[in-house]
Amino acid sequence: MKRIGVFVCHCGTNIAATVDVEKVAESARHLPHVVFATTYKFMCADPGQKLIADAIREHALNRVVVAACSPHMHERTFRKAVERAGVNPYLMEVANVREQCSWVHRDKPVGTEKAAALVAAAVAKVARNVPLESGKLPVERRALVVGGGIAGIQAALDIAESGYHVTIVEREQSVGGRMAQLDKTFPTLDCSSCILTPKMVDVGHHPMIEICSYSEIESVEGYVGNFEVTIRRKATSVDPDVCTGCGECWNRCPVKKLPSSFNMDLGHRPAIYVDFPQAIPNVPVIDRANCTYYLRDGKCRVCEKVCPTKAIDFTLEDRLVKERFGAIVMATGFQTASLQQYPEWGLGTYPDVVTGLHFERLVSSTGPTEGKIKRPSDGKEPKSVVFVLCAGSRDEARGRSYCSKACCMYSAKQAILLREKIPQAQAHVFYMDIRTAGKDYEEFYMRAKEEYGVNYIRGRVAKVYPEKDHLVVRGEDTLLGRPVAVEADMVVLAAAIEPRADAAALAQKVGISYNRDHFFSEAHPKLRPVESNTGGVFLAGCCQGPKDIPETVAQASAAAAKVVQMFSKDALVSEAQLASVNEAWCIGCFLCQPVCPYKAIQPKEIEERRGRDKIKRTVSSVNTGLCQGCGACAVACPSGAMRLNGFTDEQILAEVDAVCL
Amino acid sequence: MLNLQATIGAGREFTDEINHEAGTDINRCYQCGTCSGGCPLFYAMDIGPRQVMRLLQTGLGEEALRARSIWICATCDTCTVRCPREINVAGVMEALRIQARRRGYRIPAAVRKVRILTDLFLGSVRRSGRIFELGLVQGMKMRTGELLKDVGMGIPMLLKGKLSLRPHRIRGRAEIERIYRKVQEMEGGSR
Amino acid sequence: MKLAYYPGCSLCGTAREYNISTIKVSEKLGIELEEIPDWSCCGATSAHTSSPLLGVALPARNLAIAEEMGLDVAAPCAACYHNLSAARVKMDRDHLLRKRIEEIIDRKYRGKVKVLPLAEVILSRVGLDAVRDSLVHPLAGLKMAAYYGCLMVRPKGIVDFDDPENPTKLDQIMEAAGGEMVDWSHKTECCGASLSLTGTELCVDLVGRILERAAEEGAECIVTACPFCQANLDMRQAEAATKLKTDFRLPVLYFTQLLGIALGLPAGELGLDSHVVDPRPLLREKGLI
Ligand SMILES: Cc1cc2nc3c(=O)[nH]c(=O)nc-3n(C[C@H](O)[C@H](O)[C@H](O)COP(=O)(O)OP(=O)(O)OC[C@H]3O[C@@H](n4cnc5c(N)ncnc54)[C@H](O)[C@@H]3O)c2cc1C
Ligand code: SF4
Ligand code: SF4
Ligand code: SF4
Ligand code: SF4
Ligand code: SF4
Repeated sequence: MKRIGVFVCHCGTNIAATVDVEKVAESARHLPHVVFATTYKFMCADPGQKLIADAIREHALNRVVVAACSPHMHERTFRKAVERAGVNPYLMEVANVREQCSWVHRDKPVGTEKAAALVAAAVAKVARNVPLESGKLPVERRALVVGGGIAGIQAALDIAESGYHVTIVEREQSVGGRMAQLDKTFPTLDCSSCILTPKMVDVGHHPMIEICSYSEIESVEGYVGNFEVTIRRKATSVDPDVCTGCGECWNRCPVKKLPSSFNMDLGHRPAIYVDFPQAIPNVPVIDRANCTYYLRDGKCRVCEKVCPTKAIDFTLEDRLVKERFGAIVMATGFQTASLQQYPEWGLGTYPDVVTGLHFERLVSSTGPTEGKIKRPSDGKEPKSVVFVLCAGSRDEARGRSYCSKACCMYSAKQAILLREKIPQAQAHVFYMDIRTAGKDYEEFYMRAKEEYGVNYIRGRVAKVYPEKDHLVVRGEDTLLGRPVAVEADMVVLAAAIEPRADAAALAQKVGISYNRDHFFSEAHPKLRPVESNTGGVFLAGCCQGPKDIPETVAQASAAAAKVVQMFSKDALVSEAQLASVNEAWCIGCFLCQPVCPYKAIQPKEIEERRGRDKIKRTVSSVNTGLCQGCGACAVACPSGAMRLNGFTDEQILAEVDAVCL
Repeated sequence: MLNLQATIGAGREFTDEINHEAGTDINRCYQCGTCSGGCPLFYAMDIGPRQVMRLLQTGLGEEALRARSIWICATCDTCTVRCPREINVAGVMEALRIQARRRGYRIPAAVRKVRILTDLFLGSVRRSGRIFELGLVQGMKMRTGELLKDVGMGIPMLLKGKLSLRPHRIRGRAEIERIYRKVQEMEGGSR
Repeated sequence: MKLAYYPGCSLCGTAREYNISTIKVSEKLGIELEEIPDWSCCGATSAHTSSPLLGVALPARNLAIAEEMGLDVAAPCAACYHNLSAARVKMDRDHLLRKRIEEIIDRKYRGKVKVLPLAEVILSRVGLDAVRDSLVHPLAGLKMAAYYGCLMVRPKGIVDFDDPENPTKLDQIMEAAGGEMVDWSHKTECCGASLSLTGTELCVDLVGRILERAAEEGAECIVTACPFCQANLDMRQAEAATKLKTDFRLPVLYFTQLLGIALGLPAGELGLDSHVVDPRPLLREKGLI
């Protein structure tokens, strides 16, 4: 006997103002199987939930419809409420009479009629629902962090401090990421390495953290709680167990003039190198593409000769290491846009046009100029520097519509650093808007203007071109409404922050989604900002969207908390509304397989009776660890064998009929 | 003081018309000034293209019809290719010029010559199917009274055979005349 | 290869030397140009600045005839290339417009033919290797600044010849001809040619800025593919120089003229005598003529 209860929420006046809730309840009472219907001001509040529980007991209800806000908001709330009262949570349906009704209608009779129809649909569906049970999944309590920038470092430390093992996979020789390249940081102007190095040392020494530097992700298999990851450990040519990091090799390597990417190609490094003096791990790698030994088979071997511990091993090869992890934190950070699409600004054409990251290296005391700001073309100390904001950001026409978020602030910082280092130099900043939303940020910007006399010009730069021994920056001072030309010794473009070039490819390997700019997508922009759409994969730092260090650190700690939360459970509860195959109907066409974004469908061999014979047949099967319940396969299946539990054809059609017939 | 509420309402129709003609949406403009900043002629304009966009956004587009700028604009499209909001800025300038002519706005004296040239040019094409350059130069001098201007340049050019003394007339002149007339019919006999 | 040739009005008048050199160079490179029979003016800027329909209809007539010939169109003049191309794109994008234009010009138009500037024909249909192979007098030691102006490169989508900010195709051709190209910042800055009769002073300013930059980068002459740019940079040069208290003496040549020299065409047939700033002394000095 189906006994359905209907609970219509007023949502204060949110629903009740446009929907006559009493009428809706009354009309529900006439629907098949409905034995009880009522309304309440706030169904989600404690008394509301209690009302539902009481009604279940009093009227022996075994199915429930709540007409309220979007299921995105409170489906879980109400599922739990009915479960506590002894009803299977999947025998509860939400009719969305707020977002899909009261908020979009003005006319009360119309709103009421539609709400009643939505309730009828939900009743029709719930009558056909079957109890669903979630499964249990074991968890491997080890975390993988991809990317060892400040985001990865912070997440790793937080997880390790909670007692779980962490592996950091970092592509470069050392962890540290972009923050290691910065000179000072806004808004406090504390030295970036001074606050970063201790954390790097901590991850380097932590007993629960393993750093796989000079390594990349080769492949990811498995699912939440049970990922199987293959890591490519690129050949370093140096035995890390023996090397003491003494530096003999990189000081004596005869190939000295290779561009140092850590220094944005403004400085040099040898063929055997560490990224920077404080590198963690402090074990060099040989850049095989440029090492004489590899280029001229077997010649040179200087490093081998000078190494006191015999750590150099030219024969080392890439190794593929397979490991199991329960959770993955993506923290691959950002690069800045190449700005090739902007020939009018001359980056790459005029050596004195640089990006913000170049400028960081030019002011840093560990940089190629030892902290003396010199322009790249001739080493002259610049007397006038123009900073160009939004360089490549906020420009839909050329493909990037978003704001890079950190550049307003770091450009103010750089202008301050310029004025501190070269007091007689002028700093000009071309801007469209100055965005300083952050604690003490606006004050910092004001200091740049007041205390340091930075000249702000409101306008976007139209063109940069050389004239005599300087550059000319042309634009409109939009507050004056006049064309202006500023003579500059150097131009610093606040180049847009964008995901690493391989972000999309990596996302596909890991099985997470990304947006059109290739930033990894969070599960919900407000309520689940550090989770990806894939169970067990979390996001931290600039790989998810542009942000500054404080925000990066906060997000990394949040991601770590999510991982720890997962690891603290005995087992994971799997989603119940997953796909399942009716093997008898499955014709083995595998149309479902390619449409599954989570690679959850595999072929499976079954034995079947055909008359008197037993035959073998290949059918589809769903890995419930991987399936996220998106339903794509059910749509693709031509035989109706694949179905999404909780959203079967019968259930959906019953809803449609309830509205349309 | 400007009552923006009123102007925006009153000017909407005009703004829409310009948007339509230029195939663009000036409401997307975020006033960055890239257009003006790169405009080779902004220095000679009374208001730059960015300000023209603002006038249209605030419903004051008809003021732009009186601006010298729309006549100074060289249709070089520098603004359009750089606009981060994909606005057809040069197209808007052109749409304004067309409107100014249609509505019989007084064209600033300094740039009246543009209109004269255009008329002469189109007349020449209508008559012959091609341009008669010498005729144009002559016509320009007659209509603007600047008889002596560029004479120093015209004579050597004539001598070098660059300017022919007689217009070249194509055979399909009747076809061209028909094209002109049909366009006039379709555009509502504005010219 | 055969193409429909659209010389345009300028090439039959003030830019005669462009026409001559185009025809000669094409012959030499095996490009067969068949003039569009009874072609008419493309309307230049005047048509589309005063009537959107006329601005499409005038070029469309020529495109329709070319379509009857079944040939892609080669248009050496930057302005003609721009207008023909713009008309083509507009009709491509707007089916209704195409219908109206067909009615106006009373001809069929299906959007079948491409419009190519001559430089593109040389680059993509002849190929730089073929140019290199045919060199007789490589332009060695001649420093040139390629000037593209507006109409060849802007706006994107209407014309697709080259990058609107840093085009290089003319540079590539002239480099293949042995010339030394200066990399400079004002390749596509507007010279104000469309204001040449109406806003002369403005023109002089713009011309001055462009020449100044070319000279500063060490250019000895300027090559262009646009009759309006050529005329403007050439004829306004003296005034611009006076205004800037300098002396440029930068000959402004059509790229086909110099290419002609490189391909060994007789100098007398390339119209080198028709410029205000005489290029011959420079070319003699370099031993090219
Ligand atoms: C010029 C400039 C100045 C700045 N100044 C400031 C400032 O003063 N204050 C402030 O708060 N913020 C500042 N920022 C912002 C700050 O740099 C970022 O917020 C921060 O670096 C983000 O850290 P992250 O860990 O997310 O990324 P990253 O620092 O980019 O770290 C990512 C790490 O992942 C590694 N990686 C990438 N891809 C892979 C892969 N496929 N496999 C393995 N490893 C991979 C990288 O090698 C790197 O080590 C500035 C930014 C710029 C551009
Ligand atoms: S010399 Fe040997 S021990 Fe010293 S850093 Fe180099 S590899 Fe390591
Ligand atoms: S943070 Fe500032 S400079 Fe950077 S994109 Fe946003 S508005 Fe532009
Ligand atoms: S519902 Fe189907 S398509 Fe979607 S994740 Fe599950 S198995 Fe893959
Ligand atoms: S460039 Fe575009 S967005 Fe910027 S002011 Fe001009 S029209 Fe507006
Ligand atoms: S098209 Fe007109 S407004 Fe735009 S940059 Fe050129 S001259 Fe200026």
